[in-house]
Amino acid sequence: MSKTVSTRDVGDIKVVELHGKITIGSGDLQMREGIHAALAAGARKILVDMKDVSTIDSSGVGELVGCYTTATHRGAKLKLMNLPPKISDVLTVTQLITVFDVFTDEKDAVASFA
Amino acid sequence: MRGTAAQPPVVLWLSSRYANIELAEALLGQICRERGLTAEAEHWIGMALREGLANAIRHGNRQDPRKRVLVTFTWDDTALTIEVGDEGEGFGPEEIVDPLAPENQMKTSGRGIFYMKTFMDEVAFSRGESGGTLLTLRKKLGATSTTKGAVAS
Repeated sequence: MSKTVSTRDVGDIKVVELHGKITIGSGDLQMREGIHAALAAGARKILVDMKDVSTIDSSGVGELVGCYTTATHRGAKLKLMNLPPKISDVLTVTQLITVFDVFTDEKDAVASFA
Repeated sequence: MRGTAAQPPVVLWLSSRYANIELAEALLGQICRERGLTAEAEHWIGMALREGLANAIRHGNRQDPRKRVLVTFTWDDTALTIEVGDEGEGFGPEEIVDPLAPENQMKTSGRGIFYMKTFMDEVAFSRGESGGTLLTLRKKLGATSTTKGAVAS
């Protein structure tokens, strides 16, 4: 089974790449652990790359909201990029798309943290 | 599989494990493809099914693997109907919250039923024959079923 979460650094930005299903009981928890690990390691600029996410459910959305809140409380910024259309739809219908800073281009996303 | 009469139901009994959601979704995919639905329609119906099963396993059966979830698929030319029954204590409509309300927007839960209602044409809750909650999800089929995006609807 391939990893749900991988990370890479772009300067002082931690890019958290998600893969596959971010759904209850599996991907949702792995996503939370990945983002929390980045925060624990001192990351204050987190960019979640959702390019390879195939499905997200309400549990995954809830964890994403929780990670955003946790990051904010710790003085960090969490932003999203490369949302596939179906993932964008899921965030749009619950109006969460207006909560997150969402980017379609990594350069723009990286520049936004400056 | 196309025809005018209702097809015999397909029934699954699942133990209350999240991993079993994948089994039910795989079966739904098979039914949708045989019925000629698009991958788009299959995706959104699948999401509604996932939400229903997750609720049955988590809130209904409290993740007790000894308790089962009954999933029934029925369809005809007009609609696909999915029933999800659990062995829990039941569920009251007053427990449903509006995830769009400002005070709920940043909560980490409470969106599952909203998603079901968004992606399906009918969502109903009733008391199962042996207790627990019986969720009924219905998606109309026909001319629009292969092209209409659930979000757009």
